[in-house]
Amino acid sequence: MAGLRLEGLRKSFGANEILKGVDLALADGEMLVIVGASGCGKSTLLRLVAGLESPTAGRILIDDQDVTGRDPSARDIAMVFQNYALYPHMSVFDNMAYGLKIRGLPKSEIRAKVDAASSLLGLDALLDRKPRQLSGGQRQRVAMGRAIVRDPKLFLFDEPLSNLDAKLRVQMRGEIRRLQRRLRVTSLYVTHDQVEAMTLGDRLLVMHQGVPVQLATPTEVFERPADTYVAGFIGSPAMNLLPGILGRNGTVVAVEGTEIPLGNRRFARPDGHPVTLGIRPEHVALDPAGTSWPVEVVELLGSEMLVHAGRADGASLTLRLPNGAALSDTVRVSFPAGQLHLFDRATGLRLEAVA
Amino acid sequence: MMRSRLVALIPHAVLILAVLLFAFPIWIAIAGSTQDSAAIARGDISLIPDPAGLGVYRDVLVNGSAGAGPVWRALLVSAGMALVIALGKIALSLPSAYAVTFFRFPFRMTAFWLIFLTLMLPVEVRLIPTFQVMSSLDLINSFTGLTIPLVASATATLLFRQTFLTLPDELVEAARMDGAGPLRFLKDIIIPISGANIAALFVILFVYGWNQYLWPLLVATDPKLDTVVIGIVKMIGVDTATEWNKVMATAVLALLPPVAVVLLMQRWFVKGLTEGDK
Ligand SMILES: Nc1ncnc2c1ncn2[C@@H]1O[C@H](COP(=O)(O)OP(=O)(O)OP(=O)(O)O)[C@@H](O)[C@H]1O
Ligand SMILES: [Mg+2]
Repeated sequence: MAGLRLEGLRKSFGANEILKGVDLALADGEMLVIVGASGCGKSTLLRLVAGLESPTAGRILIDDQDVTGRDPSARDIAMVFQNYALYPHMSVFDNMAYGLKIRGLPKSEIRAKVDAASSLLGLDALLDRKPRQLSGGQRQRVAMGRAIVRDPKLFLFDEPLSNLDAKLRVQMRGEIRRLQRRLRVTSLYVTHDQVEAMTLGDRLLVMHQGVPVQLATPTEVFERPADTYVAGFIGSPAMNLLPGILGRNGTVVAVEGTEIPLGNRRFARPDGHPVTLGIRPEHVALDPAGTSWPVEVVELLGSEMLVHAGRADGASLTLRLPNGAALSDTVRVSFPAGQLHLFDRATGLRLEAVA
Repeated sequence: MMRSRLVALIPHAVLILAVLLFAFPIWIAIAGSTQDSAAIARGDISLIPDPAGLGVYRDVLVNGSAGAGPVWRALLVSAGMALVIALGKIALSLPSAYAVTFFRFPFRMTAFWLIFLTLMLPVEVRLIPTFQVMSSLDLINSFTGLTIPLVASATATLLFRQTFLTLPDELVEAARMDGAGPLRFLKDIIIPISGANIAALFVILFVYGWNQYLWPLLVATDPKLDTVVIGIVKMIGVDTATEWNKVMATAVLALLPPVAVVLLMQRWFVKGLTEGDK
């Protein structure tokens, strides 16, 4: 087992720079989840680490050893693909054993390792089947098994659950988490799924157009997003972002002429500084004395509901309310001071209170 | 009720008619082979085979007929030629398709298009230059000269390339991560996955090789290298009266190996098709 370090990793395809300098350090046994919009270079990053592509610049270190120029097979990494990529003509056993066979392990040892992995994953009864005789979840497990038996230094997962239905995804998510905790293999996990992003990893990396924008624990990312991009990306439905102006010595934000107090926080920017005010839909409070917003759409989600409100000037606001909350054509809301996020409108970066 | 039965019957009738259309000449050959040559020449063929005439098969196999050597030898030459062509084509096109599909090397697409171009130049078109080459290599009247020029194959290369292109990239990458080098990947993954294709191609190419006429006629004048197809023609072309029963017996014999190959391989590639994962 081992740590992973990326230093100034860059990748261009022709004139297209896809990764624009990624620096990253993972502790031994850590699981890092990577999220970002489609096309931001997540898969490319994994493929660089795997050795399936070579970087334009930068270094990859596993266990403090530079593996940048090494062949994938010499890096001791296992990867789980979105479409599983099982060998269609081989049995489940052979699929898992193939990498070990190539490494020239004795038959008895291969048998023991595959048996151990298959009982860990509940595949014992399926060892003689071919991939096409398996359900999606079982194939996914075989793909995991193939990674586990190799006992690699590093696991790479590229959206491994996105082909599964919702229920199976929940189950496999739990299994992956348990397995990773148990085996303590350093892992990179790419996903589009908000829940996976929040629950699976020790830390979360949000990427945007080839640049890592925030790397922190999931809670930290959720509670203190580094910029408006992360604020809008993590959390579902997305955080409300409203343009405002800082005032009263950095203690209030004026949105549409209404002053919203920031509690006992003060922001060190001159009055009149353009900012973006952020508040999550679940934090917007119904308040008879608050500002009024015309309701546009109400979505009932079972135990709760989403209220989308919008104003004529284009400003929009989403509220997340318990089901059955009394509604009329307009909602009156206030923004609790403690739940407000403030971003610099020009740079998008998070502003921190000075006191 | 009546109507739907009629609707079901019509396709059957058409199919039966087609089968008869195909089978009838073959039946004539079988029936004719057992009958008297002179009667056949007069056009009086009975549709019922005469068991007494079955000895003709032994006769042609061992002795041949006027103008042509024993058929067993011709069958051997044909089988050898068809096998070498079919296996040679597969052995050549599989690695070349593999190289063109999975590797990046200078002039890769040039190589591909050159292969593609030869599709428009089958042996019949380049007959004279090919003969010239064989002649200067001193391969006229040799088994090598008979087979090698027919081995180069663009069709098979293209077919393999198309199937390889349908394999997901991740499969290749998974194998690379498992530590499989190019040759291992070819042996352990590509060839087993292409099993059905190889079987189908083998059948097609075997029949293609078996039925070759023009090239063998040109390159091999030595009667020892007569294929069965050439043999049949030679039997007909003699001055003396053609022994039609022998011709038909030879034709029937010439039919058997390709049919056997189709039947045998059919089991294989149907299995391959149904077990395939696509
Ligand atoms: N081999 C390649 N040649 C050229 N461009 C490529 C290549 N591979 C990826 N790209 C480009 O790099 C960009 C990032 O691709 P990548 O697959 O890393 O995105 P991603 O973040 O994984 O997206 P998704 O979430 O949709 O999987 C894309 O714009 C893609 O078109
Ligand atoms: Mg991707």
